[in-house]
Amino acid sequence: MTWIVRNLWLIPALPALAAGLSALAKRHQRRFSASLAIGAMGLSFLLSLCAFSQVMLAIAHGQASRQVVNFPWFQFGDQWLKLGWMLDPLTAIMLVMVTFVGLLIFIYSTGYMAHDDNFTRFFCFLSLFAAAMLGVVIANSLLLLFMCWELVGLTSYLLIGFWYHKPSAAAAAKKAFITTRIGDLAFLVGMLWLFSQAGTLLFYDQGAGCLEHSALTAMVAHLTSIGMAASTGIALLIFAGAVGKSGQVPLHVWLPDAMEGPTPVSALIHAATMVAAGVFLVARVYPLMAAHSDTASVITATTALQVVTWIGAITAVFAALIAVAQNDIKRILAYSTVSQLGYMMMGLGVGGVAVGMFHLITHAFFKSLLFMGAGSVIHGCQEEQDIRRMGGLSKLMPITFATYAVGMLALCGFPLFFSGFWSKDAILHAAMGWSISRVPFYLGSLGALLTAFYMTRQVYYVFFGTSRLASHNEVAPATHAPHSTSATPHESPSNMTVPLVLLATCAILLGAIGTPAWPWFDSFLSGESPVFAFAGFLEHGILPVMLTSTLIVFLGLALGWWFYGRKPILSADRPDALEQLHPGIFHVLQNKFYVDELYEHTVIRWNSALATFSDWLDRWVWNGVVMSVSNLVLGLSWLARSTDTYLVNTSFDEGCHTVTTSGKLLARLQSGRTQSYLRMVGIAFAALVLVLIWSARS
Amino acid sequence: MNLTPSISSLTVVPLVGALAVLALGSNRKLARGVALAFAFLALLVTLLLWHHFNSASGTLQFEEVHAWIPALGVQYHVGADGLSLLMLLLSTLIVPMSMAASWHIQEKPSLYFALILLLEAGLIGTFTALNFFHWFLFWELSLIPAFFLIRLWGGSQRATAATQFFLYTMVGSVTLLLSFLALFLYTGIFDFITLGELARSGHLLQSLAATSHGTAATADRFALLLCLGALLGFAVKVPIVPFHTWLPATYAEAPTGITMLLTGTMSKMGLYGLIRILLPIFYLQMRSMRTPLLWLAVATVVLSAYAALVQKDLKRIFAYSSINHLGYCLLGIFSILKFTGDDPALLSEKAAALSGVFLQMFNHGLTAATLFWFVALLEKRSGGLRGLNDFGGLRKVAPVFCGLMGIALFSSLGLPGLNGFIGEFLIFKGVFPLAGWAASLSTLGLLLTAIFLLGIMQRVFAGPLNPSFAHMPDLTTAERLSLFPALALMVTLGIYPQLVLGVINSTVLHLVQQIR
Repeated sequence: MTWIVRNLWLIPALPALAAGLSALAKRHQRRFSASLAIGAMGLSFLLSLCAFSQVMLAIAHGQASRQVVNFPWFQFGDQWLKLGWMLDPLTAIMLVMVTFVGLLIFIYSTGYMAHDDNFTRFFCFLSLFAAAMLGVVIANSLLLLFMCWELVGLTSYLLIGFWYHKPSAAAAAKKAFITTRIGDLAFLVGMLWLFSQAGTLLFYDQGAGCLEHSALTAMVAHLTSIGMAASTGIALLIFAGAVGKSGQVPLHVWLPDAMEGPTPVSALIHAATMVAAGVFLVARVYPLMAAHSDTASVITATTALQVVTWIGAITAVFAALIAVAQNDIKRILAYSTVSQLGYMMMGLGVGGVAVGMFHLITHAFFKSLLFMGAGSVIHGCQEEQDIRRMGGLSKLMPITFATYAVGMLALCGFPLFFSGFWSKDAILHAAMGWSISRVPFYLGSLGALLTAFYMTRQVYYVFFGTSRLASHNEVAPATHAPHSTSATPHESPSNMTVPLVLLATCAILLGAIGTPAWPWFDSFLSGESPVFAFAGFLEHGILPVMLTSTLIVFLGLALGWWFYGRKPILSADRPDALEQLHPGIFHVLQNKFYVDELYEHTVIRWNSALATFSDWLDRWVWNGVVMSVSNLVLGLSWLARSTDTYLVNTSFDEGCHTVTTSGKLLARLQSGRTQSYLRMVGIAFAALVLVLIWSARS
Repeated sequence: MNLTPSISSLTVVPLVGALAVLALGSNRKLARGVALAFAFLALLVTLLLWHHFNSASGTLQFEEVHAWIPALGVQYHVGADGLSLLMLLLSTLIVPMSMAASWHIQEKPSLYFALILLLEAGLIGTFTALNFFHWFLFWELSLIPAFFLIRLWGGSQRATAATQFFLYTMVGSVTLLLSFLALFLYTGIFDFITLGELARSGHLLQSLAATSHGTAATADRFALLLCLGALLGFAVKVPIVPFHTWLPATYAEAPTGITMLLTGTMSKMGLYGLIRILLPIFYLQMRSMRTPLLWLAVATVVLSAYAALVQKDLKRIFAYSSINHLGYCLLGIFSILKFTGDDPALLSEKAAALSGVFLQMFNHGLTAATLFWFVALLEKRSGGLRGLNDFGGLRKVAPVFCGLMGIALFSSLGLPGLNGFIGEFLIFKGVFPLAGWAASLSTLGLLLTAIFLLGIMQRVFAGPLNPSFAHMPDLTTAERLSLFPALALMVTLGIYPQLVLGVINSTVLHLVQQIR
């Protein structure tokens, strides 16, 4: 075992340490906090590269590409609960992506957050996030993964609510935490079930892990009372966790609201890494998702994978439709992220780990690029986020515009030169060949068309035409004067633009590692050496799908131009071109299909009703019973008292009274005067004589 | 030289302290200083016991047996296993915290602190006594100081609350007493350990049948009745829904330092009684009621969490949250009643559930007491206000306060990395294979907890700053230092739970073996 495998824990530990130290820092120690975070992240990046090359070497030498380190954590009863970490191709590639994108976003944040009061706290939270995310990536135990997963949720909560004085931010943070926790609890139940079935939560443990052959076979064979294999039930419950975290329908509602956080947070957490953790989770437990009794074929569409595919495909189109009618630059990107995450899920479902993960990696680069570009735009436009009030920024912010254009084309899947084309193409190709249904392919194609359309719309609104910002702020129109007023949009400083350029480069170059001719990514993940073969393009169905998707992209771009580029957008207050075409549909889309309202009127209302009911139960029923009992007791005691007072006491008093009265009467007899006594004696004597005479006569 | 202290000496420390504080009279500073010194002394003695405890053994240690009233079978019999020791540690930890939270009490401070120490003596006695006679004395002894502390120093509704608290727990105590007197009548035994052995060997039912001249069936029914009587006593104390209505009012009206004691330690007396007394002696009767009991546990978890959602008083929210957290313990305790025979896999699940229960008891005591402490600190700054909607935006003026209370809130919410998580995870891990439906239903409680705890964060600390708190001071250095041990313990136990689990593990195994 090599040094890097033994010390892989350092990769998350370094940012964790940085977070701990900057938590203790004073508010004014800005430079200390930022350099600590960036330094730790940089070291983690270097270590990740080390780990990556270690895996590359292992593959080149034909050795096992997965190495694990397990350690005991605590005991209960007669067993120890073990945790562990692992290094395998999936971990290696995620480590490099997370640390690299993270590092760039950290640097970018020094510019974006430069004027914020809580700058030190921001870097503390960012580092904590990085630590937790890297923990998710290296975990070799579902429990450790779950723990880091929850911590990632915590940091997401803290960072969405970073501007806590805004009530909307505080509400969005809470909404994000609660919504994802709904998924997480299903995940927890799945994990408990897995634990009771497999007896361990370690993924790989020399044949005894829960993702290894013997455990999987047992779980497939174990049927629940409803006839579903235990493996399917567990896989679906774990997938519910991924649905929450990755913003899939129906738990997608939190992600657009999460845009209340600072833009670097949106780029890092809500585009590149955390939301992709759900996709990563499905990829990690893929053996469980794909477990089936028929061992002959490699990929069959198990129930779990079918669910993954359908949820992904529906999300891809659903979110893309909503994105068409949004006006907030970050919300468009947020819905786009939801839609792309749907693609990744679909890719996992129809094509396997490599297909979904490739899109995850390329998306991480171009989507964080787009978000950081959007941040640069917002920064330059005095925190304006409404695209209708922007316009004409291509000349004022040339670097931002150029890099944004690269990101936009990569997201649309512009042919050949952009990474997004290759990764999206792989998904569509796999969907084309899916054995269950062709519908996900059509949904995916529709999503691609919509993506090209809404991105064109956004770019025309933001970068072309004339600036509509000035009229909004009632300042003179933007000029190119060197001493521009503060209302004039301006290019961002270099610590913001350099990361943009680096990411843009990656957004182009990354496509090269996943072309059909040189499927390096695919073979790397499966632990094989890649082979270069131009004939890869000629394989069945590759070229037709490439052509189709190219046509779709051009159609989307053209439609976007037709509606928004043909005639310049003059006023911010004029209705949108699509709104003029069909206001009804546009409003439904603009209101996000009223999902939030639906939840508001169903789940949330029921929940409050139950809460009120429970409180009522406490106050009136349980307490009512208690009060009735105590009132009964009180009543009885009242009765007893009344009896005492009025019956017993009164009669007693009466009795006493009688005795007293008679006593008084008797007392008269004993007056102590001799005359009275003699009189009495005399009377008695007379009476006695009379009685005796009376009786003698008769 | 053997420095192992005895349990009796631990019980005596707070008693002496109480007398000393009373004797010193009305000097406030002196009284509280001496009281705190005795509380720390008790903590120190407990730590010494912890140090000398042999964690490889699951049986009772530090046992002391003295004949007392031989004619009645009354012995002075004390001893401690892992569970007792953990509860002793919790009690002796919470008492100094409670004193620190009551540091600025104005009225009759010497009486106040003396009563706290008296209460502590009652707790220590309850957690170590093994003979019903003096166990019951201690059980009641802890009730009396609590009553007076609420009655004399409580809020505006204190008279009602104190009476309700006293009567409720008294009713439970009376049925408990009757049950054990009946047991004594038929067996002549007051000793818990001997009674447990009798129950396991089957002689308990026999002697009930023999002495009551009844058949086996009537003996069964009679035993069930005795079990129910004892259960009621503990059910009120824990509390189990629907015997809980005294709790929110009492917690809200008690002075906050005393609420810390009530939730941190006295609520554990009920659970301790269930595990130490009811399970070994009445496990057959409890097993026959397992499903209804599990329903009650689920109701305790879910209904109390729902009730917490609509409360407007921070103390009432935390009171309901307390019931909710103890509900998970009930879930664990009732689920291990399942008959498993010798199946090693299920025995291991029972061990997981019971380990989780022990850990959760400790964690809940620590976290809930700390949360009430924060409420006390908030009340001190707001002049007694503690409504959910009385504040707003406090993070701006008191960031450290917000951050530290946030740690306690997230610990209560069960965030991994803090202490609350491991206990709940182990309980759910054990309960799931034993009673899957109950575990699944109870996860709803975990979700609701997150909703109301984050609601507190949102209403109190986020949003625009409430202008009446624009000059609210943040935590002082003294306050930070006194809060530090509790918060440090939360983090430590979240990362290294073996610290506690290693000590209780043999006890758990011993108990699980007893109730197959």
